[in-house]
Amino acid sequence: MSAKNTFTIGGIHPDKHKITSHCPTVDAGLPEIAYIPVKQHIGSPAKILVKKGDKVKVGTLLADADGIVSADVHSSVSGEVLKVEAIEGEFGYLEDMITIKVEGDEWEESIDRSPDIIRDIPFTPDEIIAKIRGAGIVGMGGAGYPTPVKTKVPEGKKAECLIVNGIECEPYLTADDRLMVEKAEQIIIGAKILNKALGIQNAIIAIDENKPDAIAVMKKLTRSYVGVNVRVLKTKYPQGAEKQLIEAITGREVPSGKLPIDVGCIVQNVGTVNAVYEAVMKNKPLFERIVTVSGNAAETPANFRVRIGTPASFLISKVHGKPEEIGKIIFGGPMMGTSAVNIDAPITKLTSGILLLHDDKSYKPEESVCIRCGKCVEVCPVGLMPFAISCAMRERDYAEAAKLHVLDCIECGSCAYTCPAKIPLLDYCKLGKYELKKQK
Amino acid sequence: MLKISTAPHMNSPQTTRSIMRDVIIALLPAAAAAVLFFGVGALKVMVTAVAGCVVFEYLICRYLLKIPATTDNLSAVVTGLLLAFNLPSNMPAWIILIGCFVAVGIAKMAFGGLGKNVFNPALVGRVFLFISFPVQMTSWPKPEFLNFLNLDASTAATPLGILKHLDTGSSAAALSGSVQELPQYWQMLVGYTGGCLGEVSALALLAGFAYLLWRRIIGWHIPFFYIATVFLFNAVIWLSTGDIRAEPVMQILSGGLFLGAIFMATDYVTTPMTRNGQILFAVGCGLLTVIIRRYSVYPEGVSFAILIMNAFVPLIDRFCVPRVFGTRRN
Amino acid sequence: MSTVIIFNILILAGIALLAAIVLYFVSQKFAVEENPKIDEIEKLLPGANCGACGKAGCRDFAKACVKADAENFHHLFCTAGGNDVMRKIAEALGFVADEKEATVAVLRCRGTCQNAPDKVEYSGFKSCRLAARISVGQSGCPTGCLRFGDCVKACPFGALHIDPETGIPVVDEQKCTSCGICVKTCPRQLFEIRPKGPDGKRVYVACRNTQKGAQARKNCKAACIACMKCTKVCDAVRVENNLSYIPAEVSAEEFGPALAEACPTGAIIYTGALKKKNAETENER
Repeated sequence: MSAKNTFTIGGIHPDKHKITSHCPTVDAGLPEIAYIPVKQHIGSPAKILVKKGDKVKVGTLLADADGIVSADVHSSVSGEVLKVEAIEGEFGYLEDMITIKVEGDEWEESIDRSPDIIRDIPFTPDEIIAKIRGAGIVGMGGAGYPTPVKTKVPEGKKAECLIVNGIECEPYLTADDRLMVEKAEQIIIGAKILNKALGIQNAIIAIDENKPDAIAVMKKLTRSYVGVNVRVLKTKYPQGAEKQLIEAITGREVPSGKLPIDVGCIVQNVGTVNAVYEAVMKNKPLFERIVTVSGNAAETPANFRVRIGTPASFLISKVHGKPEEIGKIIFGGPMMGTSAVNIDAPITKLTSGILLLHDDKSYKPEESVCIRCGKCVEVCPVGLMPFAISCAMRERDYAEAAKLHVLDCIECGSCAYTCPAKIPLLDYCKLGKYELKKQK
Repeated sequence: MLKISTAPHMNSPQTTRSIMRDVIIALLPAAAAAVLFFGVGALKVMVTAVAGCVVFEYLICRYLLKIPATTDNLSAVVTGLLLAFNLPSNMPAWIILIGCFVAVGIAKMAFGGLGKNVFNPALVGRVFLFISFPVQMTSWPKPEFLNFLNLDASTAATPLGILKHLDTGSSAAALSGSVQELPQYWQMLVGYTGGCLGEVSALALLAGFAYLLWRRIIGWHIPFFYIATVFLFNAVIWLSTGDIRAEPVMQILSGGLFLGAIFMATDYVTTPMTRNGQILFAVGCGLLTVIIRRYSVYPEGVSFAILIMNAFVPLIDRFCVPRVFGTRRN
Repeated sequence: MSTVIIFNILILAGIALLAAIVLYFVSQKFAVEENPKIDEIEKLLPGANCGACGKAGCRDFAKACVKADAENFHHLFCTAGGNDVMRKIAEALGFVADEKEATVAVLRCRGTCQNAPDKVEYSGFKSCRLAARISVGQSGCPTGCLRFGDCVKACPFGALHIDPETGIPVVDEQKCTSCGICVKTCPRQLFEIRPKGPDGKRVYVACRNTQKGAQARKNCKAACIACMKCTKVCDAVRVENNLSYIPAEVSAEEFGPALAEACPTGAIIYTGALKKKNAETENER
């Protein structure tokens, strides 16, 4: 095995807080009511197929992908559709959701619920892509890009390598870590399935060195699979970012504004790869995922297998978080996650974690003047100068911000995390991107 | 009530105040060395300079700018300590206070306070005093180990002073006599030599440097490239001309090079922000230091070199921009 | 000694002379011929470079004016300067200026701290545009004012300020040039450029919430609940998507007081005097 690599430009080492890395995944159980959003992906919302009063089973198609860049949405519970209308989501904005009153736990017959692992892949690439599409699989690392679109190599491009992203560089989160420990073989077979669909022979499972359990299991199992290898990388944030990961593994830089396929790489999150296995081999649509519920306001942090659409409040009660003690609820990790307004907002295909923070950790620190330490420049994984962008944005000089490549910002938050003066550098970069995209 | 905010939801524990506190801790070994060699006088200078800087900053904030005092970020303490390190131990208090006023009032607050000053405040204070009070600024008390009350100590020349007045044209006997006046390497490393408070003990400064590196306050680049440039440039002169004054080890151990390279040339505000810019800055400082030491009337050139390079920082920052990810040819 | 001084003076004088010659030739070579009228017109303009005229800045507008003939001069209008400035420009160029109705920006929201109290606490960088991306805002209204004043910072004429009591921006009618920058800046498009109206009397719906009545009222006491009472006062008032809109053509003098009084939530603002005393609405002015 080669020496441990990591991406070359910038990066930070925030406190890990991976308190749940040794907590086996437990079933969260069924909520009383599930709210299933019809848009859990990038692209156009799915077309709703059900109406009030319909009876649905686990795995029933609720909404159909509308166009190429869209994804099917399946029911994660069995029961009766209470209403199909816009209700408040995570941010408090109204989102189209299908509200289902849970009755029992009846699954669609087509889903294979046996625990056996199926290793032979009898399908053609087109069949595989069709099955992935039919299961409503999207990138579960957080981007939510529909997986079938990513699995189809565009004309004139050539895929060389599939990278299975098991990095999970966000502090606190351990969902992917646990998945790799518990579903290692499924992930490996999933990678083989994707390899077949892409018409390539090799897959690399990339894991941070701070996940020894996952590395051990994966290394042991990959020995019997030709073409699937484990690559251990040095821990650094944001290594899980697609372009940074490709650079760490292959040394190739995805040119600004281009996609990973332009350098012959396809990156899929381990959760996505596991979902691909389940969809192709077990006919199981994407309706559940692993969610880490953690943070200093969670009494008993844990990893849960959660049905999509479960309200966050249901999970919060599972970890004995007291609502009056919670200062902030974060969907996702602490670096790139979003703070929720609505405690009843549902878990989606993209929710890798729910963080509950006490009041004292909920406020942003007070901003002071820039001392020109240059730490933001040092840590930016894209090689930007966040301090200069913040100056340009303060002057509302958007052209200057564009010249400083603000549109290349991956919004990892390394600059704002590091800044000793606590200047909201990331906010300025986001504002710059927002304004420049508005101008276009 | 729930709180909402933009990402990231966690921040590094490092703040401006904690950085300044770490710099102060890093300066403590050198401060202790100064007290060991120069006695109570050194302590007096340090206390006066720190108090002077803090009080001036407080007064300027409160009564001139009418803003909340910025003294709690501890940067005035750092400025005061660095200024004290640049003064001899027998400095009268009133001159020190003038230096404090120039450093904090003119070099820092007049530009808009911490983060906006172009020149290193402590160095501006030192150079101002150096030009205004050359006699007091160049009479160096003889170091006396653990002789704390040695108040009327006789003065001694600094190694660089000896080197400056070394007349290469004089007879070989006179030359070797002058050279014998020079302290041994170990004396210079420990600090048993004449000079300013903070510049005598290279070991204590290196201990501070190690602490700063460990706490990730500064990178190794500026001090390394600065000292390496001085070493190499002198080595070239020494080897090509055989001039004893350019003997490289003596050159890097003498004067304020370690103090300047570790604590002055790494001041965040007045140095470039990018890695390449910092290296360019350090090499420039090194070249200028050697040129000033060798060809000007002044024996020491570190403070002038850093101040001159400070003026180039905006230019360096403009040209030394990092490479944006995705622009490399694969 | 004196020779040194003379020598120094000569050298410096020589350098100065050389530099002067170089500068002279450079400025000759790179000189740009420009119509002096452009400078003249530019001086008449407000100089805010707000871009409301559709040009890149005041100088660009001045160039366009000088280039224009009588026909397409009518298409040029300096919104910020208004009729006065246009009249002066027309005079200078020998054209006739169009008289346009005076307009002003109005805020279509009454989500004050009192009407729409905070439900969550926002911490960090105060920017409406960012806050709108990460949440509905503190009040919970998805179309309401976020009260962080991006518009105030963006206004090139200083015509906006946040009322410390209500928390929402107030337009200074005297300073507002209706350049439209606030319209572009507000992430919720709460500003509208409307005619100033006779004696500054205007009537408009200060709400953009399209939620159903009960839901809208939950977050804000002054929300439009689409009760249709305003449509009974004046036929021209439209109610679409649970939201009432008063077109600019509706005469404020004729219908204003009645419309404002008919509105049960106070979402309709009339800037003239009311028959019945309505202190709160007057404060809004």
